[in-house]
Amino acid sequence: MTAVPGLGRPKEAGSERHGCSAGMAIFSVYVVNKAGGLIYQWDSYSPRAEAEKTFSYPLDLLLKLHDERVLVAFGQRDGIRVGHAVLAINGIDVNGKYTADGKEVLEYLGNSANYPVSIRFGRPRLTSNEKLMLASMFHSLFAIGSQLSPEQGSSGIEMLETDTFKLHCFQTLTGIKFVVLADPRQAGIDSLLRKIYEIYSDFALKNPFYSLEMPIRCELFDQNLKLALEVAEKAGTFGTGS
Amino acid sequence: MLCWCGLRPSWTLETGSSLSPSLAAIPMTVHNLYLFDRNGVCLHYSEWHRKKQAGIPKEEEYKLMYGMLFSIRSFVSKMSPLDMKDGFLSFQTSRYKLHYYETPTGIKVVMNTDLGVGPIRDVLHHIYSALYVELVVKNPLCPMGQTVQSELFRSRLDSYVRSLPFFSARAG
Repeated sequence: MTAVPGLGRPKEAGSERHGCSAGMAIFSVYVVNKAGGLIYQWDSYSPRAEAEKTFSYPLDLLLKLHDERVLVAFGQRDGIRVGHAVLAINGIDVNGKYTADGKEVLEYLGNSANYPVSIRFGRPRLTSNEKLMLASMFHSLFAIGSQLSPEQGSSGIEMLETDTFKLHCFQTLTGIKFVVLADPRQAGIDSLLRKIYEIYSDFALKNPFYSLEMPIRCELFDQNLKLALEVAEKAGTFGTGS
Repeated sequence: MLCWCGLRPSWTLETGSSLSPSLAAIPMTVHNLYLFDRNGVCLHYSEWHRKKQAGIPKEEEYKLMYGMLFSIRSFVSKMSPLDMKDGFLSFQTSRYKLHYYETPTGIKVVMNTDLGVGPIRDVLHHIYSALYVELVVKNPLCPMGQTVQSELFRSRLDSYVRSLPFFSARAG
């Protein structure tokens, strides 16, 4: 259990216990307030598919700068897909378009004197700003889903399915949305959403120092949420480890 | 708590006498269908059972639908923890389910159905390949990038959808 008492929203606290997370079927939890602002976020530590290869000049991949990251635009092969970001060069981590020791990535890779070079590619992790934007985006999409309904009295988007994850959303009567991203085969997420609502009422709302609609920074909320997630994963897993 | 089951009168065995009792108890139907091209032009729209209109003019509704789908695709590609192959497949609310199929050329087939309907990717693919490609793309008189005027396409699509196993012609 992390010793940092509720500091900041995007906590990679799951990394502390990743040793026993074989088959982390619940990927993330988001809590969105009435106005669409993100007030809580949790991500599980999931080892993302990464590929590290040594390249010689000239690079046969096309890299471009997009959203402050260096992404692969063309040249998909060997585990390196379009959309993957440059994560590290020669073992040194890359932050945005600069390496950790201050070199600009595209310039460095354009210079033949730096080759052969070993580059690690992988799916980029979301920054906290991006998570904020995605939460607001989902808030609007939820409402549009209700407006475009061909039937009367529809709610917003309650479940969104893709081939790699399923997003479940529960909106309370007060307008708070609890969003959980999980493996498509994971069951019992509906009851998990209700449980998270209970934990929110017990440990955030009843906390006298918590202001409504503000980011949740309550240690007890974090602890109980993690416990509930562990219980839900064990209860709902149908061989996702295979 | 949403008790939508209490508001649905067709939970009794009054639909489809030819169906077995368990199937007849689940009302399944297709509400409407949209077809978009890669630029957001609505190529075709049909409706079968739609109880509630969007409250905005049809042109705006098409744009809103396209915009929503565009945003959902971008949202999903950012949120996904792994690399995606098929991408966004469907979403459901408390009352309907929206199924989505996109081709590599950017043609989007969108169908709204009842909640009881499972994955129908093959149905949407058939609408694209056997109906749209055969009757519209291969027709030299059908201009691309505009609403489809072909009456043959409209009638074949209509009869195909009505023949689907999950389409039940409910009264009213």
